Amino acid sequence: MAATTLTLEQIRRGLSWRKQLDKVFIAIGMALLFGCLAILAILFFDLVRDGSSRFGWDFFTSFPSRKAENAGILSAAVGTMLIMVVTALVALPVGVAAAIYLEEYAPKNWFTGIIEINVTNLAGVPSIIYGLLALGLFVYQFNFGQSVLTAGLTLALLILPIVIVATRESLRSVPRAIREAAYGLGATRWEVTKDHVLPYSTGGILTGLILGLSRAIGETAPLITIGALSFIAFLPPSPVSGEFPFLNFEWLMSEFTAMPIQMFNWVSRPDQAFQSNAAAAGAILLGMTLAMNAVAIWIRYRFRKKISW
Amino acid sequence: MNTNVDTKTATPPRQTATMQGDTRAPGSDTPSLSIAMEERKAFRANPAKASADKLDFWYGSNQALKNINLVIPEHQVTALIGPSGCGKSTFLRCFNRMHDLQADTRYGGAITLRPDNVNLVGPETDPIEVRMRIGMVFQKPNPFPKSVFENVAYGLRLRGINNKADLAERVEKALRGAAIWDEVKDRLNDSALALSGGQMQRVCISRALATEPEILLFDEPTSALDPIATAKIEELISELRQHVTILIVTHNMQQAARVSDFTAFMYLGELVEVDATSKIFTNPSKKATEDYITGRYG
Repeated sequence: MAATTLTLEQIRRGLSWRKQLDKVFIAIGMALLFGCLAILAILFFDLVRDGSSRFGWDFFTSFPSRKAENAGILSAAVGTMLIMVVTALVALPVGVAAAIYLEEYAPKNWFTGIIEINVTNLAGVPSIIYGLLALGLFVYQFNFGQSVLTAGLTLALLILPIVIVATRESLRSVPRAIREAAYGLGATRWEVTKDHVLPYSTGGILTGLILGLSRAIGETAPLITIGALSFIAFLPPSPVSGEFPFLNFEWLMSEFTAMPIQMFNWVSRPDQAFQSNAAAAGAILLGMTLAMNAVAIWIRYRFRKKISW
Repeated sequence: MNTNVDTKTATPPRQTATMQGDTRAPGSDTPSLSIAMEERKAFRANPAKASADKLDFWYGSNQALKNINLVIPEHQVTALIGPSGCGKSTFLRCFNRMHDLQADTRYGGAITLRPDNVNLVGPETDPIEVRMRIGMVFQKPNPFPKSVFENVAYGLRLRGINNKADLAERVEKALRGAAIWDEVKDRLNDSALALSGGQMQRVCISRALATEPEILLFDEPTSALDPIATAKIEELISELRQHVTILIVTHNMQQAARVSDFTAFMYLGELVEVDATSKIFTNPSKKATEDYITGRYG
């Protein structure tokens, strides 16, 4: 008994030492965290400084040019946006459907086990491999050409594992008690999914999609592999037209360029003036990515506030 | 440190231990026994709403229920009591086929629902059909993260009722039935998650009542609630028996004594004894039942 009994003196001395350790850990953690953030901030400000001479309305509304001071990112920015639209429209339904099947419907056996492991592994496949697949499949086999459609489909494949994993995670977080409540009232599996599980996990699904898109927006290798052009001085046909049926899908088959490709092209020019263009485009691309992540965080916050289990 | 041991051994012997022999004597004419006799007559007089016949249940190769035979009288409250793991919740969940949501579960025997004699656990019976006839209230209040109105209306919508006036009328009736209408009538469009625990549980009861089930299952409905909310739910259960047959699992023996007409004691997956509640709590016929209700184990 006596051996384990501490005097008040001893308790206080021991506790102050343990609290010191706590503070040391906090200090190390903060140092590492701010170190990483500082590097990102320095990178961003460096890009902004190098490209500062080029920021201006003209930069957004000009096509690429042989003269650095006339060149802009219009075709690249529009190309990137159109590709992202295709990617999102393909990756969302396919990824969500796959995740729903795996999470809610698939029997748990060795076959679905293998599928699950492979889906997770796909997230680690180098992006250029997706580019090669797309070149063989979409460009040559399906004859989609070096188009916005091909690029969108390729990047959709690339982010599909991210969307599937995020969606499954989100579906799984709906408590069993909620599913049981719905089943208990006589709902079918599809009704439980459609009326409850899916609506309650929308926040997580959209967050996963946006995080996937913010990865896709910076991908260069697969786009180069499928043959994106780096010098395009025209815009794809407008998706909206004045005549019936008001929608036009020719833009899908249009040739394209994208932000990272435009940057890559400028960086590889010997003329120093183009380096400023590359830095400016890089800052804008980084800004787009950060903005998308911010939207993802906001969506998650809003849904968390609405639904708390 | 040693003092703990002392207090444990110093627990006074339970009084019932000394009274066993007397109260069990056949033909003894104590008032409590004659009341019990009345209730036993009522037990026989009440038509059966459902009956478990040689019901078995397996989780994989683990048999959780063994040869359960139990009659559930119509418009009465039947309580299932027993120590943790005795299979009372498992038994309750057989009535609306909740086990079908899990892989590798198997039923044997039958639960026959009167008057149409459908075997609820038969492989030929659609579990969704069963759940449309038999409602359930769960241990932890589990309202959907939707408005109070939509919570109660969901079961009706599943049944194809989408007419606004019709829905409003039935939702109000269900909320009144669960004695919560006055508390939520001004906040029908607020999220049900904003209510207190006891209110949520009564919304869950309304949700189950709205579809007018033939049997209402309660799985320890008050174990997550404070005593005041518990008292309200218990009162509600007593009233509901006029409209619906009730089967309730409870860990709390006082609760079983307060709300139920009949009590079934289960132990290790078997039904040990079932009788009128007053009989079970004053004069059980099995030693195991008496040991449990007097707190000797469980």
